[in-house]
Amino acid sequence: MSAAVNLLQAKFPDEVLEVVEFRGQTTIVVQPERLVDICRALRDDPETSFRYLSMIAGMDYLPQSPRFGLVYNLYSHQNHNRVTLKTRLADDAAPLADSVTPVWSTANWHEREIYDMMGIRFQGHPDLRRILMPSDWVGHPQRKDYPLKGM
Amino acid sequence: MNQTQTMPRTETMQLNVGPSHPSTHGVLRVLVELDGELIIKADPDIGYLHRGIEKMCEYRTYHKCMPLMNRLDYLAGEVNNFGFCLAVEKLLGVEVPKRAQYIRVMLVELTRIASHLFWLGTHGHDLGAMTPLFYAFREREQIMDLCEMVSGARMFPLYCRIGGLAADLPEGFLPLVTNFAQAFPKRWQDYDNLLTQNVIWKERTIGVGVMSRDEVLDWGWSGPMARGSGIDWDLRRDNPYSSYEEFEFEVPLGKNGDTYDRYLVRMREMLQSARIVRQAVAKIQQTEPGTIKCADPRVSLPPKERVYNEIEALIHHFLIIQDGIRPPVGEVYQCIEAPKGEMGFYIVSDGGPQPFRVKVRGPSFINLSACDKLARGRLLADLIALIGTMDIVLADVDR
Repeated sequence: MSAAVNLLQAKFPDEVLEVVEFRGQTTIVVQPERLVDICRALRDDPETSFRYLSMIAGMDYLPQSPRFGLVYNLYSHQNHNRVTLKTRLADDAAPLADSVTPVWSTANWHEREIYDMMGIRFQGHPDLRRILMPSDWVGHPQRKDYPLKGM
Repeated sequence: MNQTQTMPRTETMQLNVGPSHPSTHGVLRVLVELDGELIIKADPDIGYLHRGIEKMCEYRTYHKCMPLMNRLDYLAGEVNNFGFCLAVEKLLGVEVPKRAQYIRVMLVELTRIASHLFWLGTHGHDLGAMTPLFYAFREREQIMDLCEMVSGARMFPLYCRIGGLAADLPEGFLPLVTNFAQAFPKRWQDYDNLLTQNVIWKERTIGVGVMSRDEVLDWGWSGPMARGSGIDWDLRRDNPYSSYEEFEFEVPLGKNGDTYDRYLVRMREMLQSARIVRQAVAKIQQTEPGTIKCADPRVSLPPKERVYNEIEALIHHFLIIQDGIRPPVGEVYQCIEAPKGEMGFYIVSDGGPQPFRVKVRGPSFINLSACDKLARGRLLADLIALIGTMDIVLADVDR
């Protein structure tokens, strides 16, 4: 699993904040600014070959700050291993991240769902609109401060 | 095709397919833009069945999340529970006894057959083949009966529990499973006779919805959808869980990545599942009856007789039910090979009795996201074949 860590530490030394091992899974915490470059490097490097994006999860860490975050889970069919990328977004009021849709087409709906549920906007997304909630819905239901019931 | 190009251009037409239409397999609305009969754009509108399962999980203990997980992909309810249990067990760092692992494998493979049978019946029905549905539901009914035997429920057995199983297998269960698994290949022949060499079936499916290997990876397809395009990948074999490494099975692959190849892959997967079930029965018989829960008292409920007779066991039971289990701070991603593809659970624990975040990676959601790519330039009638081949369950799409 160290191939991904080595790659990122060699190519993006300033971006890697922390590497966590838990229950045999590797999580790399990175800065959000160059996330698309990081993803592209992980996908295209012949050794890591993370050509498959398994999922993106939007996170709301309220009451912490920075409040919002993103979690990417990548899989390599070549090595049959996974790596998790985590990043925290700076702006608590209007969280913004770069879209990884140019890297993996499958990110399109993941990012639309995160925008819908968490209110995180994605720069460079081809079609960022609500996906699960009605288009005229107010608020983002999966935020921690959104009530569970009583709408 | 050439004719339409030489004709003067006319306006395109917007057509709503669904949300309530037999071929959409649930409440799915596809907003289709048509030029004559050709699809220019197909935009699936989802969310009609959104129940906020991920959000609801944040407000209840891990055990109480289990009934919600059943209702993700409701055609394979036990598979979702199984995946969620594995994820929480990974978070806790516990391992369930071998007997429980084999029983889980047996049930999950039976559920896979049931799910594929439902897909086969409805997919065939959508494309005008009525008979396979009756044959497929005949066997699916038997699997439902088996589920009912172990837990009392047919669709949502809720038999897997965090740390093991709800109860041991009832008396006389394994011979019934053996009968089913041995008879299944003969039954399977019935479906195969009806469709595989059927000219109409081939006309409707060959060359429809072709995905290359690169496109499959780009669009995040998994399970039979990926294997139909020849991607040799099965989580059961490549990242084994629950003792799958002890089972012998083949991973069927397609070549052309079209609807027909995905049909062949799912058909052959059913036979492999029956093979795994037969092996699982043999393995279960070699294990000690009653060893179905992990020994960790923080996770497993005490046996009922002790709860009724000893105050310590009663308090223990009460604590686990009322207070819940408290996994350590951390986060895990656990995925399983569900009938529809990679079913993943990303769980974040803050050390409390409720999960801080549960993210469900449902295969149907991902498969459906490529709908527009598949449908563009095809005939409207192909859209029905495409929705069928994606094997989506809207409860899993919307969560």
